Amino acid sequence: MEPIISIRNLFFTYKDGTEALKNVSLDIYPNEVFVLFGPARSGKTTLLRLLNRLSDLIEGARIQGTIQFKGQDIFARGVDVTALRRQVSMVFAIPTPLPGSIRDNLTYGLRMAGIRRMSVLEERVERALRQAALWDEVKDRLDESAFALSGGQKQRLCLARSLALEPEVILLDNPTSGLDPLSTGMVEDSLYELKQRYTIIMVPHSVQQAGRVADRAGFLLDGELVEVNRAERLFTSPRDQRTEDYITGRFG
Amino acid sequence: MSTTPISGETNVSTVSVSMIFQRLKATNWYEFVIEGLIRLAGVSTIFIVGLIFLFLLREGLPAFLDIPLRQLFGPRWYPIEGRFGIWPLMVGSFIVTVGAVIIAVPLGLTTAIYLGEIAPPWQREILKPFIEVLSGIPSIVLGFLGWVALAPLVQRLGAPTGLTAFTGSLLLAYMSLPTIISISEDALYAVPKEYRDAALAIGATQWQTIWRVVLPAARSGLVIAVMLGIGRAIGETMAVMMVTGNAANIPPLGPGMLFQPVRTMTATIAAEMGEVAKGSLHYNTLFGIGIILFLITLAINSIAGRLVGAQSSRRRGGQL
Repeated sequence: MEPIISIRNLFFTYKDGTEALKNVSLDIYPNEVFVLFGPARSGKTTLLRLLNRLSDLIEGARIQGTIQFKGQDIFARGVDVTALRRQVSMVFAIPTPLPGSIRDNLTYGLRMAGIRRMSVLEERVERALRQAALWDEVKDRLDESAFALSGGQKQRLCLARSLALEPEVILLDNPTSGLDPLSTGMVEDSLYELKQRYTIIMVPHSVQQAGRVADRAGFLLDGELVEVNRAERLFTSPRDQRTEDYITGRFG
Repeated sequence: MSTTPISGETNVSTVSVSMIFQRLKATNWYEFVIEGLIRLAGVSTIFIVGLIFLFLLREGLPAFLDIPLRQLFGPRWYPIEGRFGIWPLMVGSFIVTVGAVIIAVPLGLTTAIYLGEIAPPWQREILKPFIEVLSGIPSIVLGFLGWVALAPLVQRLGAPTGLTAFTGSLLLAYMSLPTIISISEDALYAVPKEYRDAALAIGATQWQTIWRVVLPAARSGLVIAVMLGIGRAIGETMAVMMVTGNAANIPPLGPGMLFQPVRTMTATIAAEMGEVAKGSLHYNTLFGIGIILFLITLAINSIAGRLVGAQSSRRRGGQL
């Protein structure tokens, strides 16, 4: 199968010289849930942010190596970054509803993509909210402020906001960090549905969560991709000692 | 062996409890004094404002009572002949202020957006100190500059004289710019970085992020910036007095009215207060102008408060 994202020999260095990623090579395949785990500051978020070039915002950073999305180098000149971000959409660790109503939050991205037809907008809003398992809770108050939602609802709203754009890849950066177990369960459950349509790359909240949701997983340590394998193999019989130490809780 | 430590512990705990109560008492006394001082400071501010207003009323109210309102708001300001019509002064203030706002608000907001959102850090570090210096220039110096440098330029535009409402507007715009820029930049800075990330992550361009996410989120701060800018413009006296020509006439309606000499309310008070007999009708009328200025400023501030309050309470309610 053709990978949807293909990373080759990727190095990322911050302005102050910190090497956040060292020689990372990785293929992501369509319709899988790929989990990227490792201790804090191991480069997980940096890698996610590179995939839709949110890393452009980091000043003075140096990037080496290539990232291809559907065979296209995303750092090539003339790449439409906003179009890339619509196709490779990101949900952050802290839910970030934008000021405005629930409906506004979902239509922001669509309007900015030039979609104005009310009927299309309505349809996309409902579909995205259903996919994020939020529709039943908010369908009667779409015009209320998004700030009025609970933490878990906000995070599912942010997920829905990404889904409304009908991207190909969804990047989830620790999407359940501030959520209670019930909401966490809801988000995790929706991943099963979502991977039928989308490719999901996720930084998990914990190794346990990684084990629950991953099809394949990769272990990052100090910017180095130590090991990549199918989840059931990686979490039961890791090949690298460092992976085993981390999974069994000996450090990190 | 095993009982002694337990009894020892209970002793320690009872002692420390009584000590805590003692300390609490001392703290209470402290708290009381400090709270009282703070309360005094707060109340005295209100008290002083009240006194100022009372004084204004006492000196200014006779103007509203002794002069028929039709004449008071009439078109003739000839104090020597006993004609106290303040309409020309109000029109003068209005033209100069509106002109200043029209120039300063778009310029100030775009500068703030440039500084806060677009400019690379090194440019910001150069520009910001300059803007702060700008706000530190005394108004009389700016007025002098306006008189010497700006007025001839305006005259070259084709006005009969360089000392016009437009000159005043330009100068006032210039003076209110630092206020507008620095406060709106603060407001933009206060918008969480997450909003920008979120907008960019759903495919917004930089401009779309600024226009649809950052500006709406910073709205209340921006309103305050604009209102404070207007407040600065309407209350400014010296600089305006020096460059607007000080003719208490009503310019004929039309775009040409900007290029006529006018006289503002503040300039009138400043120019005439020195030579007026205390207690005369003229004196009272000048204070009457003060009352009107006070009311205008109050109105602007409360509108600003309303606009900001409406938004923040909605947000606060939303977070419940």
